[in-house]
Amino acid sequence: MPLALKTCSTISEAGTALKEAGTRYLGGGTLVVRAANEGDVSVSTLVRSTDPALSSISIDGGRATIGASVTMSAVARHPGLSSIAKVAKAVGGPAIRNMATVGGNLFAASPYGDFTVALLALDATVHTTEGHLGAEEFLAGRDGRVVSAVSFDVPSAEQFRFVKISRIKPKGVSVLSIAALVENAGGKINGARIALGCMADRPIRAKAAEKALAGATLTEEGVAPAVAAIGEGTRPLTDAIASAWYRGEVLPVHFRRLLLE
Amino acid sequence: MAKVPVQFTLNGEEKADFVDGGATLLKVLREKVGDTSAKAGCQQGTCGSCSVIIDGELRLSCLTLAETCGGAEIHTTGGLATDGVLHPLQRAFMDEFAAQCGFCTPGMIMAAKVLLDRNPNPSHEDVVEALSGNVCRCTGYEPIIRAVLTAARSNSQNAA
Ligand SMILES: Cc1cc2nc3c(=O)[nH]c(=O)nc-3n(C[C@H](O)[C@H](O)[C@H](O)COP(=O)(O)OP(=O)(O)OC[C@H]3O[C@@H](n4cnc5c(N)ncnc54)[C@H](O)[C@@H]3O)c2cc1C
Repeated sequence: MPLALKTCSTISEAGTALKEAGTRYLGGGTLVVRAANEGDVSVSTLVRSTDPALSSISIDGGRATIGASVTMSAVARHPGLSSIAKVAKAVGGPAIRNMATVGGNLFAASPYGDFTVALLALDATVHTTEGHLGAEEFLAGRDGRVVSAVSFDVPSAEQFRFVKISRIKPKGVSVLSIAALVENAGGKINGARIALGCMADRPIRAKAAEKALAGATLTEEGVAPAVAAIGEGTRPLTDAIASAWYRGEVLPVHFRRLLLE
Repeated sequence: MAKVPVQFTLNGEEKADFVDGGATLLKVLREKVGDTSAKAGCQQGTCGSCSVIIDGELRLSCLTLAETCGGAEIHTTGGLATDGVLHPLQRAFMDEFAAQCGFCTPGMIMAAKVLLDRNPNPSHEDVVEALSGNVCRCTGYEPIIRAVLTAARSNSQNAA
């Protein structure tokens, strides 16, 4: 089935083009071209925008703005984003990282979307052709608007924790991933935002565990209530990598390790 | 459907053609341009056998639309040997028995080439990381990793 590619110079033109039936946005193509290769005929036109703003990273007063077309490799090597580099490096192999975009990751269904798990923990803002909204709200809808960028306060290496568990070493698809932004003040946790990958059809927050961490200490006993609550509200995925049961069983183990590392 | 013009350089040579809308670079290289060194394995981005170098970066030609490569500089394993003399990586893959069925080899060599272009003295771990998107079902990987390390050594000897 032939695909037509429409290249627009501005993001808003691409937004208008995306309204046509059978049309999808083309980021790096690692999911959308893959689907076409597999025989998905629901898409007849791909739209992309070559607007240079989409490929830029800027950091201003501690807040990063990453264009939707920025690749995982570009994030991983940016000196101002070293605290989240490990997240970008956890996506695919080197060739995938050279293609996979930040924008496309926001639309990836589980078991993909590792970068988005981090964006959710960082309380990122998603900028689109129809205004901007929080990552959580964006993920609830993910409708046909063009994402132009994401922005978030760059965390320090101490605040931000991330782990991706996969079976194939060094790189493989997620069994699960966990991102946590932990504010630690004088040994006590001031606040935490925790996001999980593969624990639903898309990245989700672990709100019960976040609540249980408030005021806790980062000790075995201190984190025990949060570890006990980490599975609350999850509906883990069953796929070729792992069953829902397995994912549910190992989640508290990896969460505990991540907090106490 | 209308054909779309594309123009790029392949291993230093100008190429121009009309391709089907939505055709992947892999299909165009193999079926139009006649360079069959990149292999059509899974066509899902998982096996790495279609790996090529586009503007200095490793990419999967099965997931890249040819139309998006206008003006690009593309390199494939098919262009590595010069005047019948094998590239050090090709030589090392032979010497270390790093190819068995050979299907993954062109992709492995492309992944290794971008590594050595940036890091002439990689560690074992660097090589494993660089090849982590490429699947081999014959060798168990060790001979391939050895070949890349051997090629790096022979490059640095030649440079010395
Ligand atoms: C072999 C392989 C391994 C992978 N491993 C991982 C992994 O480890 N972790 C992981 O998270 N993912 C992984 N992925 C999935 C994928 O590569 C990433 O999620 C990537 O970030 C998707 O981005 P893309 O630009 O390639 O998306 P595309 O395929 O271009 O697009 C994906 C979807 O997002 C939409 N879209 C893209 N950009 C925009 C935009 N700016 N505005 C609106 N809609 C948009 C598209 O219309 C499409 O529906 C893997 C994929 C493959 C093939």
